[in-house]
Amino acid sequence: MVFSLTDILSISDFSREDIEFVLQEAATMEKMPESKKSGLLRGIVVASLFFEPSTRTRLSFETAIQSLGGEVIGFADAKVSSTKKGESLSDTIRIAGGYADVIVMRHWIEGAARRAAEVSSKPIINGGDGSNQHPTQTLLDLYTIKKQFGKIDGLNVGMLGDLKYGRTVHSLLYALADFKGVKVFLISPESLKMPQNILDDVEGKVEVRETEKVEEFLPQLDVLYATRIQKERFVDEFEYEQIKNVYILGKEILKHTKKGFKIMHPLPRVNELKPELDSTEAALYFEQARNGVPVRQALLNILKDVKKE
Amino acid sequence: MKKDDIRLMPISNGTVLDHLPVGSALRIIEILGLDKPKSAVTLAINTESKSMGKKDLVFIEGKELSREETDKIGLIAAGATLNVIKASEVKKKETIAMPDHADGLIKCMNPKCITVIEGLPTRFSIRKDPLRAKCRYCEKEMNEKEIFNAIK
Repeated sequence: MVFSLTDILSISDFSREDIEFVLQEAATMEKMPESKKSGLLRGIVVASLFFEPSTRTRLSFETAIQSLGGEVIGFADAKVSSTKKGESLSDTIRIAGGYADVIVMRHWIEGAARRAAEVSSKPIINGGDGSNQHPTQTLLDLYTIKKQFGKIDGLNVGMLGDLKYGRTVHSLLYALADFKGVKVFLISPESLKMPQNILDDVEGKVEVRETEKVEEFLPQLDVLYATRIQKERFVDEFEYEQIKNVYILGKEILKHTKKGFKIMHPLPRVNELKPELDSTEAALYFEQARNGVPVRQALLNILKDVKKE
Repeated sequence: MKKDDIRLMPISNGTVLDHLPVGSALRIIEILGLDKPKSAVTLAINTESKSMGKKDLVFIEGKELSREETDKIGLIAAGATLNVIKASEVKKKETIAMPDHADGLIKCMNPKCITVIEGLPTRFSIRKDPLRAKCRYCEKEMNEKEIFNAIK
């Protein structure tokens, strides 16, 4: 199996084979003894360039780098970089590429990672570019599903909440369309439905059903991927106030779900998942967050040897 | 091209764009930078057409279109006919196709896109039925109306 990508920019660049390769490598990372793992990135320098603050993604990447014995350079806030002095993204990336073997970046500008990949001689890993892409989140979501169920093909996956603006659910839907026999159940208020252009793109590849009522499809679901309704997306605060509490899930939903049912969430959550769910067998979201480390370890280990032309 | 078809005096040298969708002629003039022309430009808007019912026409004296200009027109008037006129004769006739890519032809409408913020060249892939242009960088899609307005 040859991994076809030299940069990790967007889940839309991945074939099913590429996804499966990453998931397999992540599983290998989890099983590998620490003594062996800690030498995988020895002598490798990873630039961690966070032009926009992010605690979860940055810590997960930096943990992954250090656990494999790599060195981290970079910044956690663009205010401390030359960006504040007006330096273009391209220049910052070229400079960082002079010091590092792999570049991990997050930026508020959409398309920043793809632009960086064009000018960089070193592989780029996109840790999120505005509301556009966050491919390592999608890969860890898929890894979590695969690890839990042993497969992705044929599963019934619910997506709940803000399906209009939520990039995690957009990317996950695209990725699931690469697998066979997956049914996706979209649960959202009318005003936050999955955009039609995305539904058009996956038509014929994945069976999609839509509803506003969470209880309608619950008994069929293997996994429910819940998302936060993001306040910052609403121009009209009144509209947000009307919608924010529309889905609050507690233990009572588990009376209607099948055996082995799991709940995922990209976190942070607000009130959509009650804390009472945390101690149930359905709660998979904390493990999902932890799975970010082996997935990012796998990506770093794959990309450390990549030679870009 | 017969004089009867166009019901206007044809130009002697230049380009005739025929079978344009109604409402596209003025935008095409703007796109081609002919709103302040050096030579004669004649428009026919909402005129009778046997095949289309109604159509627009543009006659441009003394100008042949580049591939880039033809591709821009393809984005808003695919299926239109491009006639190259020399010495009052039609020397070349082609149906304008929708391009598969629109690199540098349109600007991204997303104000948070890297191409807008850093003023970089744009790259778009085009999908038909319905028409959409997807930015290679920010991956936002534009619909037909947005493309119409975004052509450089």
